[in-house]
Amino acid sequence: MLTRSLVLSAILFGLGVAGVVVRRNAIILFMCIELMLNAVNLAFVALSRAAGIEGQIFVFFVMTVAAAEAAVGLAIIISIFRHAETVDMKNFNLLRW
Amino acid sequence: MEHAGFRPVLLGLIVLLPLAGFVINGAVALLAPARKRIVTWAGPGVLALAFALALVNFFGMLGVELEQAIVRDYWSWMPVGNLEVAAALQLDQLSMLMTLIVTGVSFVIHVYSVGYMGDDPGYARYFAYLNLFVFFMLVLVLGANFPVMFVGWEGVGLCSYLLIGFWFRDREKADAGKKAFIVNRIGDLGFMVAMLLLFTNLGSLDFEEVFRAAPATLAYGGALVTTITLFLFLGATGKSAQIPLYIWLPDAMAGPTPVSALIHAATMVTAGVYMVARTGVLFALAPVSMIVVAGIGALTALFAATIGLAQYDIKKVLAYSTVSQLGYMFLAVGVGAFGTGMFHLMTHAFFKALLFRGSGAVIHAVHGAFHHTHKEWDPQDMRNMGGLRHYLPLTWIVMWIGTLAISGVWPFAGFFSKDEIIWQAAARAVGPFAPWFTAFWAMAIAAAVLTAFYMTRLMIMTFHGEIRCGAAECTHLHEVPAVMSLPLVVLAGLSTVGGWVNMPHAIAELPVLGWLPSAEWIHAWLEPAVRPAEAILGPRLGALNEAAPLGGGEAFWAAVAFALAVVVIGVGSSVVLRWKYRPALESLEPVGLKKVLYRKWYVDEAYETLIVRPVVATSRALWRLVDEALIDNVLVNGAGYTSRAFGWAGSRLQTGQLNTYAFAVVLGALILLGFMLL
Amino acid sequence: MSDLLWWVFASLAIGGGLGMVTRKNPIASLLFLVLTFFSLAALYVLLGAHFIAAIQVIVYAGAIMVLFLFVIMLLNLGHDYRPDVRGGAWIVAGFATAGLTGWLLTRVLTTEGAVVAQGGELEIAAAVREWNAVGAIALPLFRDYLVPFELTSVLLLVAIIGAVLLAKRRV
Repeated sequence: MLTRSLVLSAILFGLGVAGVVVRRNAIILFMCIELMLNAVNLAFVALSRAAGIEGQIFVFFVMTVAAAEAAVGLAIIISIFRHAETVDMKNFNLLRW
Repeated sequence: MEHAGFRPVLLGLIVLLPLAGFVINGAVALLAPARKRIVTWAGPGVLALAFALALVNFFGMLGVELEQAIVRDYWSWMPVGNLEVAAALQLDQLSMLMTLIVTGVSFVIHVYSVGYMGDDPGYARYFAYLNLFVFFMLVLVLGANFPVMFVGWEGVGLCSYLLIGFWFRDREKADAGKKAFIVNRIGDLGFMVAMLLLFTNLGSLDFEEVFRAAPATLAYGGALVTTITLFLFLGATGKSAQIPLYIWLPDAMAGPTPVSALIHAATMVTAGVYMVARTGVLFALAPVSMIVVAGIGALTALFAATIGLAQYDIKKVLAYSTVSQLGYMFLAVGVGAFGTGMFHLMTHAFFKALLFRGSGAVIHAVHGAFHHTHKEWDPQDMRNMGGLRHYLPLTWIVMWIGTLAISGVWPFAGFFSKDEIIWQAAARAVGPFAPWFTAFWAMAIAAAVLTAFYMTRLMIMTFHGEIRCGAAECTHLHEVPAVMSLPLVVLAGLSTVGGWVNMPHAIAELPVLGWLPSAEWIHAWLEPAVRPAEAILGPRLGALNEAAPLGGGEAFWAAVAFALAVVVIGVGSSVVLRWKYRPALESLEPVGLKKVLYRKWYVDEAYETLIVRPVVATSRALWRLVDEALIDNVLVNGAGYTSRAFGWAGSRLQTGQLNTYAFAVVLGALILLGFMLL
Repeated sequence: MSDLLWWVFASLAIGGGLGMVTRKNPIASLLFLVLTFFSLAALYVLLGAHFIAAIQVIVYAGAIMVLFLFVIMLLNLGHDYRPDVRGGAWIVAGFATAGLTGWLLTRVLTTEGAVVAQGGELEIAAAVREWNAVGAIALPLFRDYLVPFELTSVLLLVAIIGAVLLAKRRV
């Protein structure tokens, strides 16, 4: 069960990557990041069966960071939306020459 | 090296005085150009002192049998490896004579300039340049080794450039200055190459050392010594305006007339003659070079004289006359008569300075007259003159004295020096090169006839015949002030008696012509200085011919030349008087041979086509292809273009799209991951 | 039995992930993600991490997803059906990259010797027996990882302040 959980975690992480690359909606991008975080969590939990309770404690910390990140990220999305009336990332290309 | 009987008096000061004058006048020119009084006293004043010092030294030297040059080492200038060049001055009979001529003529011309340039806003600058010129000229003639001489050599070139382009706001005059400078550079290259060759082969650049070592080290007639002397002579042709580098001198007349008189007639242009005489030992070792020198001299004398026949600009005529007379001097040194060359140099300095300043007085007067009535005529064109003897009687008289002197009429100065040159050329016609010297002799006589004619033409056109400058203008013609006329009189006196110091014995024994004091004084005086060269020449060439190629001795041919000059002047006067001239603007362009001569045999045009244009075209090609295309575009801009292209490609990656960046991050992570696995 | 359940929830998790990535409507995406999160919680239970499973439901599926939902509704993005998926090449590139990532990660995680069992499963079982599921995590958390734990509270405080500042209309 351990090994296949790790494979599942890799698959979920890959799905998150695919979402980040192909989607432009800022909210969905965010959700893809959350998916990647959860894939990592799954790996930690699975590995805790081999290495001990620390794996689960680390998941706890990851969740905390995820919560903080979600709060700040959503706040950024709100202020972006206020500014541009959209959350489609193709309208935000200031990050270039 | 000290001599028991003679110590030079303040030798360095002779050189330094003009430099001090330059500093003072230069400071005035920079700080207070309007303070002309300081300049008026400082400019000619330093020259008066220098001339006085030169005289003191001269009289000190007079009574002493000075066998060797006196060298004064001041400091070690260039101690590099085994090259040891000292800042040293050398006084011997040759440099003493040149120093006297330079300081004397310069002094007179400085005084004259006070009048001539008095109204010019650049008065102080003019005198600063003039003093600087005298300084460099003295360095040139007194230098004890080749590098010091070269400093003077370059320095006078610089001053010549500065003074030709003195009115630099006039494009034509600035161009003339540049032309002189560039043409001189070609000659200077020759001087430099010769200097380096001497150093590599003899290990020294001191005159004394070189001339002592040369006869032993360098083979007589060898390729090396011939090369060295030909390069030296190239330098001389540049400085002394000989074929093929004479073209700058006529244009140099763009400068103020006193400058033409001092630099481009009396002193600087004779530097080449002096240099050949100074390095006589080397030339004596290279018979081929001697032929070349004599040949170029004779050819230049004849060639320039023909051009002088058809010029209308009074200063151009005198300029070509100068080129021609310099040719005589080179003919003299080329046939080994160094003393005679120096003698002609001296007399020429007198009468050519006189003629130039006479022409300066004429131009001054005519220019003033045209200026008064706002007539836009060329004040230097002789077609705009005529009949001026009524208005400028003094100038007229002194100019005739100069004309008689240059034409070789007894008892004026030119007669003795020029006839001696012609005679020496004839007398040298012995040995294997005899036919050459015979030809040179014939050319010299032909040039003498032409000289007499073009000078007569100049005089008649300027001072005789009808007045062509206009009735209103005539009332404004006036004789020059005393400060200008006094030097004219002095020089007229020198032009008259200057030749008496060196009357050949042959002439002294003649009935009427010999009734003058002195005998071959110059030769006796210069004898110690030219002895080493004569010692080489004498045994090899054998005794001089005692008869000219057509028979007859020195006295006979002197009489013939005199007769020729008188006849040419007489006939020429009556012929030219009958020619009708019209003012320059109404005149037609000359035709036929006259046009060829007026256009100076198209030499300038030929140089333009054969040298200047190809050089310009080559430069342009280099500019376009090598500089612009290769260096600028391919290398310099190419580097920029390449980095810009890379930047452009990089900027294409910068889409600004978050996803793209995420993709790049993932790719990077994948590559790292791949490396970890493989 | 638990193997069967694992496969079921694993399938649900992957299906939820695919749904989230492919749905145009953000709310649909969100609900698929919630499905994935619940499936993960079930998988945690199957893996013996009961406490983590609980907070996965409470914090993630409950609090954070509700926060997302609120934002979507607040910005009225629920009706936003404008296509936001990038062009064809990008889809190919995206999923190729995803596949490559998954494959490589699988290789990394399942390499022989990458995971060394040190008896963690038994250790956890013993701790749960002694202090129950919460205590098994709480004890090391408050004993060995106290400083990081307190630092997370600072992190959350900063995040709160930052979120308020960013989302306010005028500062």
